[in-house]
Formats: sequence, structure tokens, C-alpha cells
Amino acid sequence: MTQVTVRDVWKEYDGNVVIERVNLDVAAHSFVSIVGPSGCGKSTFLRMLLSQEIPTRGEIRVDGAPLPPEPTEERGVVFQRYSVFPHLTAAENVAFGLEVAASPLLGRLFGNRRRAVLEQCRAALDAVGLGAACDKYPAQLSGGMQQRLAIAQALIKKPKVLLLDEPFGALDPGIRVDIHKLMLKLFDETGMTVFMVTHDLREAFHLGTRLIAFDRYKTRPEEIGVYGATITFDLPLDRASAREKGEALDELQDKVAVQPA
Amino acid sequence: MARRLINRHPGRMGIAYLGLLPFVILIFLYATGSALRLADNPGDKLLPGFPAIAEAIVRVAFTPDRRTGEIVLWADTAASLARLGMGLAVATALGLVVGIANGIIPYVRAGLSPLVAVVSMVPPMAVLPILFIVFGLGELSKVVLIVIGIAPFLMRDLQARAEEMPREQLIKAQTLGASSWQIVLRVVLPQMLPRLIDSVRLSLGPAWLFLISAEAIAAEGGLGYRIFLVRRYLAMDVILPYVVWITLLAIASDLLLRAVNRRLFPWLEAGRGM
Ligand SMILES: Nc1ncnc2c1ncn2[C@@H]1O[C@H](COP(=O)(O)OP(=O)(O)O)[C@@H](O)[C@H]1O
Ligand SMILES: [Mg+2]
Repeated sequence: MTQVTVRDVWKEYDGNVVIERVNLDVAAHSFVSIVGPSGCGKSTFLRMLLSQEIPTRGEIRVDGAPLPPEPTEERGVVFQRYSVFPHLTAAENVAFGLEVAASPLLGRLFGNRRRAVLEQCRAALDAVGLGAACDKYPAQLSGGMQQRLAIAQALIKKPKVLLLDEPFGALDPGIRVDIHKLMLKLFDETGMTVFMVTHDLREAFHLGTRLIAFDRYKTRPEEIGVYGATITFDLPLDRASAREKGEALDELQDKVAVQPA
Repeated sequence: MARRLINRHPGRMGIAYLGLLPFVILIFLYATGSALRLADNPGDKLLPGFPAIAEAIVRVAFTPDRRTGEIVLWADTAASLARLGMGLAVATALGLVVGIANGIIPYVRAGLSPLVAVVSMVPPMAVLPILFIVFGLGELSKVVLIVIGIAPFLMRDLQARAEEMPREQLIKAQTLGASSWQIVLRVVLPQMLPRLIDSVRLSLGPAWLFLISAEAIAAEGGLGYRIFLVRRYLAMDVILPYVVWITLLAIASDLLLRAVNRRLFPWLEAGRGM
């Protein structure tokens, strides 16, 4: 059960403010959906949670401890693309995290130990509906299957926090329904805390227990770079009434919802 | 309706026929030219006839030399391929290690990448005299010339390939708990090897160039040595088969490397058909 706190976080690139004054307390086992217009800094925020970027100011804590300055095992990630290794089969992709933990020098296992790990990975792939694709390379999988693989690969390390940057943005709507079901099931089973950036408001409402929106509050051309985006909207979806959700949907639809590029 | 020229494609037979045609024409032109010159002057050496060439081939490729007992063509081929193989092996190893380190480790890149950029601008043939002075006229200077000639290209090419790897993969590997060393070993290296082999294929041309140049200037054997030696006697009947043979060797090594790539890295081809 993992809490995340964000205290007065700013991010600048070359003196241009992208994100400012972000404060957030995320309860354990939350599913935080993040929406906002393109280019407002959602990915930047996620990269800071991942320690791929360091905040210019402010502090992020996971379970009370400040974030380490580089990505670690406690925070898993699934990007929209390139999340899996093209030169490894599905089972080997999942095994990667286990092998590097067990074999510091070579980063790979052999013989019986390798067989045991691959067996475990088969089970993990079964759980995401990829049981039949264990020995396929990512290029042989559809987009939806690749994202399932990326999820299984991240979850094998049992991360406390899972970060998703538009993970289903490139998938057909029909495929999304199934993968949403899977995502909710895994969220319930693991007890982890999830942050998911999405372009799809319906997806944000459907999966999230909490919805936050990033937006710029100053939008005149000369103000861009001086003022960044911040959290402009924060709704606990698990406690909101249907009417509140409906109003939120209406408000966000014309403010932040942008059709996928 | 007649289609545009850019939309008209030859069939399988057409492609084979059109591809062979220029070769046939070249051989025909040579045969004609040779016959004309020989009719004029039976002792002409510039364009020897096919019988004379065949005779020379038998002499250099199938008859042991009277003095040494060796078959000249095979001895030359062995000497040249040994130099080429050694030079390529060393250059490839250097290219791999330096290229990946430059591409992945910022501190190494800061220290080495300017040096590699400068060294790659030095014309290798200009340092050949230095190599002869430092390493002598033996095998070492020829191997070093090949290494100096192609290693910088391999290093820079591999560095560029490593740098253009999707950042996401390196981040993902870190979130899966991999150390820098494990990332190099299990994520970067396997994906760079096929790229490296492709770059080596591109380097084969320059490698042969440096080999033959070095052999022409100072050697006691080798394909380049031989053609420059017999040039003194205008022995076109030897030079022409040697050039064809060198070309065949170059083609064979290219095909070999391509087959290695396809064989060792099945994931490259996987999904191509989808
Ligand atoms: N590494 C970087 N260097 C400079 N500017 C960046 C960098 N990363 C992102 N930005 C800028 O920050 C802004 C927010 O980007 P991003 O977080 O990717 O937006 P979003 O994910 O919301 O579409 C953009 O204007 C982008 O140009
Ligand atoms: Mg983004």
C-alpha cells in the first residue's frame, strides 16, 4: 500500500516553466487518471514520478521517502511505444527483470534456473492473455498484445507504483475494452498505486479512482514559458456522485479533452 | 491504356535477363576488342584473348610454383585474407567497445568522442609511411592500416546507432532493476550486433582498398602485391583474373556477413511479413 505526495513541484526546461506549483496527496491503492491538453506537461509530470526527470523545485515522496535520483524497481512504467525489448521473446521480456536480479554479472540465467523463471513468466503471460504468444517476438504481436506484454513485464517486479503514459492511446477502441478489464483486474489484485496519462476522458473516468487535469491558467502567447501548467481539476471518482461525474465530464470535455493526435 | 514508364515492371525472367545483359555486352566488347588487337599484332599484351587468360589461370591457380612449390593464387589469397580478417576483427572489436561506450556512457562520450571524430578525419593513406616506419614492412603495418582506416567509422556509426535507441528501452530496463553493465550486456549489445555487422559490410570496400594499397607498396605476397608485381610485365592475363577473383571474394564476404545477420538475429526478420 503506497502513498505518494507531491509538494510544490516545478519543472523548467531552459528557463521555460512547463509545470508549476503541483501539490498532490495520493492515498494508497489509488488509480490516478491524468488528463490535459497536448503539451501541457503530463508526460513531464510522469517522468518526474519516474525520476527520469528531476523537479526544478519541490519534492516527491513515495511512502514518506524522497524519490531516488534515477529510475528504480519500485516504480514500473509502460510507455505508449518502445516499452518492450524487440530482441527478446515475450517470455524473455518478462523474464528480464527476474534474471537481472538473480544474476548480477551476466544478467541472465541458464539451465534449470532459467527454465524455472521462464515457467513463472509463462504463468504471468497467461494472466494477461498472452499464454499462446510466449515464444513470439514483439514485432510479431499486435499493438494491444505488445502493451499487455509491457504490463506483464512491469508487474513481474511487483512495483509499488505503476506509471502509464497513454498506454492504450494507439489501440483500436474494441481492443481497449478488453485491456481496460485486464487493467482493473490487475489493479485490484496487486494493491499498487497507478498513475495513468490518457487522452481519452471516458477511459480516465472508467479506470480511475481519482481524476486530475493539468492545464495552463495563463494562455496568452507572451505568458507561455513564464507560467506553466498546474493541476486545475481534481475529482475523487470513487466518492463522486453520478451527477458530479456528469458535470465534470461536461466541464472537461471542452476544456482539456483533445482528440488523440 | 499504356502505363507510365515508372509503373511498368519487368517480370522475373525480365529481371534476370536485364541484369545479365550488361555483363554479356561487356564480355562481348572485350572479346571483340581483343580479337581486333590480336589480329593486328599477335604479341599484344593489353587485351589478351580468352585462351591466353585461361592458360594464365591454370598457371597461377592450379600449378605449383617451380621455386617455392606453392600455388601462387592460393598463397596470395591466404596471405591477403589473413591480413584482411585480422584487420577487420580488430577494427570490429574496437568499434563495438568504443561505439557502445560512447553511445551509452556520458562520461566516456565526453572523453573519447572528440578524439574519435578527429582521428576519423585523418586520411589513413597519409599515415601509411608512419606505420611502415613504426611497425616495419611486415604484416603488422598492413593490419594496422586497415584498423586505422575503418575502426573510426565503425565507432562513430555504432555510437550513432546506440544513441538513437529509444530512450524508453533504457528507462524500462532501469525500472526492471538492471545495472548499467546489465543494460549494456542485455539490452544494448544484442541490438547493436546486427547493426555492427551491417556497418562492417559497408566497410569491406574500404578495407580491401587499404589492404591492396599496403600490399602494393610493400609485401612479399598477397593479391595486391601480385597484381602490382606482374604489372611490370604488362601481364594483363594475370591481372584480369586476379581482379575478378578479388571481386568474387568481396562479394562472398558480403553475402557471408548478410547470412550471419539473418542466422544469428531472428528477431530482425520477425514480423517483417506482417
Ligand atoms: N527534454 C525537454 N526539453 C525541453 N522541453 C521539453 C522537454 N520535454 C518536454 N518539453 C516541453 O515541455 C512541454 C510539455 O511536454 P509533455 O510533458 O511531453 O506534454 P504532454 O505529455 O502533456 O503532451 C512541451 O512544451 C515540451 O516541448
Ligand atoms: Mg505526453
